[in-house]
Amino acid sequence: MSNRYVFMYASVMVIVVALVLSTAATLLRPLQEKNMRIEKMQNILSTIEISASKGEAIELFEQYITQTKVLNHVGEEIEGDAFEVDLQDENRKPVEERQLPLYIADVDGELFYVVPVRGNGLWGAIWGYLSFRGDLTTIAGANFDHASETPGLGAEISDAPFENQFVGKKIFDESGEFEPVVVVKGGAPSDDEHAVDAISGGTITSNGVTAMIRNGLEVYLPYFKKQKTS
Amino acid sequence: MSEEKNNFPKEKLFSPKNKRLLSDPIGKDNPITVQVLGVCSVLAVTVQLKASLVLAIAVVAVMGLANVIISLLRHGIPPRIRIIVQLTVIASLVILVDQVLEAFVYDVSRQLSVFVGLIITNCIIMGRLEAFALHNKVWPSFLDGIGNAAGYGSVLLLVGAIRELLGSGSLMGYQVIPNFVYNFGYVDNGLMILPPMALITVGVIIWIQRHRDRALVDVS
Repeated sequence: MSNRYVFMYASVMVIVVALVLSTAATLLRPLQEKNMRIEKMQNILSTIEISASKGEAIELFEQYITQTKVLNHVGEEIEGDAFEVDLQDENRKPVEERQLPLYIADVDGELFYVVPVRGNGLWGAIWGYLSFRGDLTTIAGANFDHASETPGLGAEISDAPFENQFVGKKIFDESGEFEPVVVVKGGAPSDDEHAVDAISGGTITSNGVTAMIRNGLEVYLPYFKKQKTS
Repeated sequence: MSEEKNNFPKEKLFSPKNKRLLSDPIGKDNPITVQVLGVCSVLAVTVQLKASLVLAIAVVAVMGLANVIISLLRHGIPPRIRIIVQLTVIASLVILVDQVLEAFVYDVSRQLSVFVGLIITNCIIMGRLEAFALHNKVWPSFLDGIGNAAGYGSVLLLVGAIRELLGSGSLMGYQVIPNFVYNFGYVDNGLMILPPMALITVGVIIWIQRHRDRALVDVS
């Protein structure tokens, strides 16, 4: 077979493959995006202890999440749709230019503030949502997820036993200084309000969670402090 | 993978020969326990049974289709770039499977995303394309693909079940070891969750299989 044939064969093959794959990706895109939106809603709702099935997620989200805000780095509300803000893009910008989404939920009269966070694990991105009670100090719920952490090890951050540890922890100490929850290797003392147990065999992912919470919440501090004093 | 090469069957769809294409890889010509191929992914995904099951199904789909496509193209593929052609076919199919999972069974695809991509690196698939589909007609190639994928999948499921049962006390995510057993002091074996135990489990399966079928012992 001549070189010409080999080149022709390879070129045609590449074009055919590209056509098939791009068609499939375009056709399936709307379905995939809908799935992602629903999952995001389910994750946000789960931090305020509302478990929504796929079908109910949109309805429950509209019912409970009464306000969504986009904040800037000094805690002022700015224009924008919180749900559409992509944290991955925001984290690359300098702090002054970031858009910070905030969801405010009203569950039977009690207000909850839900903050998204995003950071890095061992193999890829990790992200999550933390909800705070009205005092903006006590964590009411946490939800974490990851792109590609090791199953059985780092991936356990997205399981309930790890997430439930965060309930009731505090992010400010008694004098009002910022002291975020850290993930402690070897076990956190049970009376420590600012620490949870790490995952055995998932040290780097656990450290990633600590960093993610610190970095993710730090930018919201001006807003939190403003709310607390008002 | 020696005897099948010279098959050019002109017989019925499910002739004894064709049936063997399907059944041999599940038993005495199993890609994992006899040919010891594709062990890498067995180590990675068998922590839980559910992930093993979905991966097994995905591999059956990719392997059946890849064998059919390569078999259809077998007279046109330039020998010098045949490996690249095979790889392109496999990679495209895997991407398709990944996209379809993401659109229709989103939760499962979230659990598996990395592993689905890893199907591309599964040596069994390329091995079968190279050894069988390139030289055989479409139908036997299809059977060979499905058979080998099923042989791979069956070991995956077995190892997945053993590891999840002993490592987490559950199957498919449901707890099966009752609480009173734990109350007596039983503890899940954390070692089972780690990849080395997959290797040892596969080793034990190979040992049992060879013990029962002496003919395999002399295969080199």
